Amino acid sequence: MVMENLKEYLFKGYLYLFILLITGAFSCEQKQRETAQKVKSADYYANIKVMGEMKAELTAPPHVPPPVGNRPAKKLYMEMEILEEEAEMADGVSYVYWTFGGSVPGSFIRTRVGDVVEFKIKNHPDNKLPHNIDLHAVTGQGGGAEASFVAPGQEKVFSFKVINPGLYVYHCATAPVGMHVANGMYGLILVEPEGGLPPVDREFYVMQGDFYTEGKFGQEGLQAFDMQKAVNENPDYVVFNGSVNGLSGENALAAKAGENIRIFFGNGGPNLASSFHVIGEIFDKVYVEGGNFVNENVQTTLVPAGGSAILEFVADVPSNLVLVDHSIFRAFNKGALGILTVSGEENHNIFRGEIMEGIYRPEGSVIQKMPKDGLELEAPKEMTKEDRVAAGKKLYMQACFACHQANGEGVPNAFPPLADADYLDNVDQAIDAVIHGLSGEITVNGKKYNNIMPAQQLSNEEAANVLTYVYNSWENNGTLVTPEMINKRRR
Amino acid sequence: MKTLIMTFILGWSMAAVMAQEVEMALVKGGEYSPLYGVEKENKVSVSSFYMDKRPVTHAEFLRFVEEHPQWRKSKVKRLFADERYLDLWDGDLSFPEELAESPVNNISWFAAKAYCECQGKRLPYVDEWEYAAMADEHRKDARRDSLYNVKVLRGYEVPKTYRKKVAQTPENYWGIQDLHGLVWEWTKDFNSIILTGESRNNGNTDQGMFCASGALGANDLMNYAAFMRYAMRSSLKAKFSVTNLGFRCVTDLKVADNAH
Repeated sequence: MVMENLKEYLFKGYLYLFILLITGAFSCEQKQRETAQKVKSADYYANIKVMGEMKAELTAPPHVPPPVGNRPAKKLYMEMEILEEEAEMADGVSYVYWTFGGSVPGSFIRTRVGDVVEFKIKNHPDNKLPHNIDLHAVTGQGGGAEASFVAPGQEKVFSFKVINPGLYVYHCATAPVGMHVANGMYGLILVEPEGGLPPVDREFYVMQGDFYTEGKFGQEGLQAFDMQKAVNENPDYVVFNGSVNGLSGENALAAKAGENIRIFFGNGGPNLASSFHVIGEIFDKVYVEGGNFVNENVQTTLVPAGGSAILEFVADVPSNLVLVDHSIFRAFNKGALGILTVSGEENHNIFRGEIMEGIYRPEGSVIQKMPKDGLELEAPKEMTKEDRVAAGKKLYMQACFACHQANGEGVPNAFPPLADADYLDNVDQAIDAVIHGLSGEITVNGKKYNNIMPAQQLSNEEAANVLTYVYNSWENNGTLVTPEMINKRRR
Repeated sequence: MKTLIMTFILGWSMAAVMAQEVEMALVKGGEYSPLYGVEKENKVSVSSFYMDKRPVTHAEFLRFVEEHPQWRKSKVKRLFADERYLDLWDGDLSFPEELAESPVNNISWFAAKAYCECQGKRLPYVDEWEYAAMADEHRKDARRDSLYNVKVLRGYEVPKTYRKKVAQTPENYWGIQDLHGLVWEWTKDFNSIILTGESRNNGNTDQGMFCASGALGANDLMNYAAFMRYAMRSSLKAKFSVTNLGFRCVTDLKVADNAH
């Protein structure tokens, strides 16, 4: 009896061992297979056979075309129209955007690795400029830039095979390239792996870009591109999906609590890298730089200009999630702010909201002595006229002399003189010219001038110094201009 | 029909006014550094020439096609002008009357060349055009003035300027108008500097002008306006008829002198 039992046990033991071994072998094999799939080279994909053909659907942001799923590699036909058109940058502010498909960012392109894309690019006849497209997903001369160079009123077709899975930026690459990109000519092309990305409940398309306008942030009217600000990498606007309201108000994204959300995020630049963050969420997964490598539990992901990332998270509780560039002044002063509204049932296991409100008394509940009003700042040392003249001269040689010349004589017929100039008889008029700029016809010492002087970005102190220098040079009347006088003329 | 009559009357009166030749201005030759094509130290010398003070207008071009039927919209050979040739015209000899004094557009290089030749003139070379166009109202070469550059660039950014009338802005140093702000203009050798469509591979044999290569080959990286002109020219083929592209003619000094 005992023996029999033992035998049975032994037998069962062997059986379990056997099963274990088998499953072990299986799972090992599976893992190997997975790795093998991951390391498949571009070479392999370059030789994938194409089965059939179809017309690709392109979508304007924040939408993306349907996933590729299990479909085989195909021949994909797609068309994109280039439009130069005026649109809203912010409330009351407009800008002439150059666009792929009429939106900034341009239409979203969705492909599967191994697809052969036949791409038609059309340059609208009313456009003033030639354009082209450089797709970072394309292996070949300029990413297609050369083959797609197209004059206004013309169209071109070129073809490529996508052989590296990932999320890629495309952009215009016609000289002056920086300006084409700065005006909104960028978008994303997704190359899905075999079998597609894992399914999720919602997908969005968001792209960041920096814009350089002649007027400051919020200055109303049609704003022209400011080349100097672009070269200095000092944007007035940093926005998602082309404008300050690109992802808020009626353009806000919407999802339901508990949904699995994927954001295809790109950064068109032209200059700034993005510290992309969603306030109130943590990214469960980040496909770093849009490639194969997946990081988990990420708060903020860095996306370079001309780069991308795929972000996945579950919107666990209802709230307004705020998309920002966590280089945070861009979010609150330049427009890099979007809203994802998550609706649904509260989940108090995850977030309970406010539970108690009370008064915090670190020193206990006794009456505290109030601090003195305001901070006691040391008054700035009063500068003498000589100090101001010396400081102003330095500024003059940086900001003014190119037009008004070192000797204050200006350039005949172009830039008015400052030396012994009757225009300076009215100090307020002179201050206004410096801090607000001047354009249109003026008369100085009996001669007419019609040109533009840009407003100088000077502090009250600096403006006072440079004007004091001018008034105390070249036989002018020796006025001392103070920061208070400048401040009075600020609007 | 109304347009037709109007055009006819307009054409008639214009013909009377324009019986004397389109005014030309003398551009005194000299040396300059173009954006592309030569080393920075080297300069290109440009001989003196006469240039039309304004771009050729629709009204002027109408008289040309009246005399030369082979350049009419319905007659022109496809080899010499694409389907968009004189696109705004509503017939062989008529166009919306408000365009009479606007620069003629949707013109192929072949048509522009033929027009100039029939007037005993020719299209300007790129260097001649750029040389005349670097002047502002007071200076032969205003390119160092950032305000001048900004002004030109602004003009390029404004849409639909081909509808503006010619001769509404001040003459430049040479007495020439509208080199900037209305339409791009054909040049005789528009394709002599090849932007290969890939502006970032300069240093290669095919001096590209896209992206980085464009920048590497250029002599003045801040002259965005000039970049745009060169990019535009290199995107063209001679039969293209482009909405924002017109032309004007020039003559050499000797020819012009003989004629006078």
